[in-house]
Amino acid sequence: MSCCAPTEIVSDLERVERAAPSPEEVRLASRALGDGIRQSDLSVPGIHCGACIQKIESALSKLDGVAAARVNLSTRRVSVRWYEEQVPALVETLDRIGYEAHLFDADADKKDETLAELIRALGISGFAAMNIMLLSVSVWSGAEGATRDLFHWISALIAIPALAFAGRIFFRSAWSALRRGRTNMDVPISLGIILAYGMSLYETIHHAEHAYFDASVTLLFFLLIGRTLDHVMRERAREAVKGLARLAARGAMVLRPDGSRDYLPVEEIEPGMRMLLAAGERVPVDAEVETGTSDLDCSLVSGESAPQPVAPGATLRAGTLNLTGPLAIRALAAAKDSFLAEMVRMMEAAEGGRNIYRRIADRAAALYSPVVHLTAFLTCLGWIAMTGDLHRSITVAIAVLIITCPCALALAVPIVQVVAARRLFENGIMVKDGSAMERLAQIDTIVFDKTGTLTVGTPKLVNAGALAPRTLALAAAMAAHSRHPLSKAIALAGASAPHLALADIRELPGYGVEARAGEDLYRLGRADWAVTDGSVDAQAGTVLSRNGELLARFEFEDRLRDGTTEAVRELGRRGLNLEVLSGDRPAAVASLSATVGIDRFRAGVLPGDKAARMADLAAEGRKALMVGDGLNDAPALIAAHVSMAPATAADVGRNAADFVFLRESLSAVPLALRISKDSGRLIRQNLALAVIYNAIAVPIAILGYVTPLVAAIAMSLSSVLVVANALRLRGARRSRAADPRGTAAKTGRIGPMEPAQ
Amino acid sequence: MTTLLYLIPIALFLGGLGLGAFIWSLRSGQYDDLDGAASRILIDDENKPK
Repeated sequence: MSCCAPTEIVSDLERVERAAPSPEEVRLASRALGDGIRQSDLSVPGIHCGACIQKIESALSKLDGVAAARVNLSTRRVSVRWYEEQVPALVETLDRIGYEAHLFDADADKKDETLAELIRALGISGFAAMNIMLLSVSVWSGAEGATRDLFHWISALIAIPALAFAGRIFFRSAWSALRRGRTNMDVPISLGIILAYGMSLYETIHHAEHAYFDASVTLLFFLLIGRTLDHVMRERAREAVKGLARLAARGAMVLRPDGSRDYLPVEEIEPGMRMLLAAGERVPVDAEVETGTSDLDCSLVSGESAPQPVAPGATLRAGTLNLTGPLAIRALAAAKDSFLAEMVRMMEAAEGGRNIYRRIADRAAALYSPVVHLTAFLTCLGWIAMTGDLHRSITVAIAVLIITCPCALALAVPIVQVVAARRLFENGIMVKDGSAMERLAQIDTIVFDKTGTLTVGTPKLVNAGALAPRTLALAAAMAAHSRHPLSKAIALAGASAPHLALADIRELPGYGVEARAGEDLYRLGRADWAVTDGSVDAQAGTVLSRNGELLARFEFEDRLRDGTTEAVRELGRRGLNLEVLSGDRPAAVASLSATVGIDRFRAGVLPGDKAARMADLAAEGRKALMVGDGLNDAPALIAAHVSMAPATAADVGRNAADFVFLRESLSAVPLALRISKDSGRLIRQNLALAVIYNAIAVPIAILGYVTPLVAAIAMSLSSVLVVANALRLRGARRSRAADPRGTAAKTGRIGPMEPAQ
Repeated sequence: MTTLLYLIPIALFLGGLGLGAFIWSLRSGQYDDLDGAASRILIDDENKPK
């Protein structure tokens, strides 16, 4: 029955190794609902289908203390209500049935007020538009005299609340633009709607033939559709990104001077406090090790993929992951002064320095409003000069305003972007907003980070074939007891080996694993610790020894992401300049760059220098795409013209990036580029359609031939045309689906990894 | 003309009923999980968790 978990997304996030959150952390991230019930929200990326819903809901509701569990398939989330007395083991339970779950902050989950307002406005304007349109149809089919007046009056009555409620979204934005002496798309919209209504009311009072109530309300309805689509697309991506693993610590177990323990949120940790850091937890604030030894995964912070051993006295940076042993640490800085916060400040600086990109729609609007207003004004003057009939002149001028109202223009851009975002989403790529696609279509340079971006960031054993099967089996059995990345690589390589009887297995953080088999003592880990007869030097890397004698040596390398070479080749073929920017050692960066076929690289780059490099590229007039994942990339992601991050990135980086790709393959980069270029072309076509429509409709309006009937047909027709054109982007997918994509697993050779254990 | 006097209020009332139903469904969270609703119909467990 279960078609699903574990899914691709889950396997991609596997490297984000974390211990299940402690009960204190669950409580901290939940919110009180009253009556002794609290609610926790969990993000479960592996939810897939109806079977998952059932499995998760029944497993969770069977737990003690759980009042109710409800899965939301659209947002891939579970909300659980539980009784305050006891924290249920939510994450562990989900883990057991095969779903990876992440705790969600209660305060991050606010209701989307804007969307609710937009949809309410859409409903009301839709209701009004339909009813008024029906009345208008009766008028057009020949209702006359008192009947026509009655219909007009009813239309006016329906339109008034609709305009007041649904229209204020546009009026508000137009007013705030006008107040600052600027103009935007909403100014001609508001003006058109209000003038159309005002004139129609005047006509109705004077028993005239033509009233534009239907035009003003339908216009509002169409425009709101465009606005709502735009909003939905942006929110959806933001929600999905928010739901991914959180890579900063939420709190820490603080040791009080009197010996008591308290779980405190990160913000309340002060310099000098002592904390306990278990294996698998992230360092909450910059700190110093007091007791204990362990290995630390710093890849998200420095870009260095090899874990670093730490001992008492070592300084830890916030955001790094404790891999092997428990540590007692002393906070050196508060959260707001820690490494993470420093990165955020650097990002803000980069943000300020970046050129502000103006969206195509905004540029069109800036051009559009003055032209439309001028045309309407000149039409009015022209008619006065020609006929001297003030009432007729104003009527025609308002007809010009109505007919040029940017229905098609307002739909032209968002509808294409919604369809394109949908296509990207189906391919595991999330886009933050429409302008990101426009920017991506312009790029001429791509800058890659190394660890975690071009590579997966996890080591792989390369000399497994050269080892004796029994030795490998022994090493794998020992390695299975450690969380160290190198151990996991050995365990994975020897997973198929027969089980061996080992006793007294224990891990010595910072050194390795030791075990007994009969009389023999085996050690797997750092060479100078495992081999005691002095036959190897400390630089020999990871070894297996028996009673102090060397048995085997293990060689590792970082693995390339799937499809990296193909993706790089395709991007190169498109004539893009590619370069690698890494914080890792020069040798490692050089060999990797050679493997994937990128000529230009820089190694040992600091976070600030990465951002500076982006600024340099921008100064040269180049438009760069930054692809990176680490905390150290975050400022560069902001500074770049457009940016992309894998789902495994640090959350700061993920929030900074314009695109986030969920799957492992780097083919997401050329794919996103292709879809962005396609959608850019469709947007230009749609804008051209809108211009052609205006070129035909405006002269008719200026000559005074536009009746409410003509306006209604012209507006609807142009909108339908634009939407139909945008949907071609969906059709294009089917013909392209046959294209072979670089999905086959390709493992490139990269220089040997610096052994650390 | 006299038919209009009651037909139009009826038409508007029915339309308003539709609008009211839409706003009610919006408020009661029926649009929160469209994908889930499509899948839930296939779950045939009798005592479904609330």
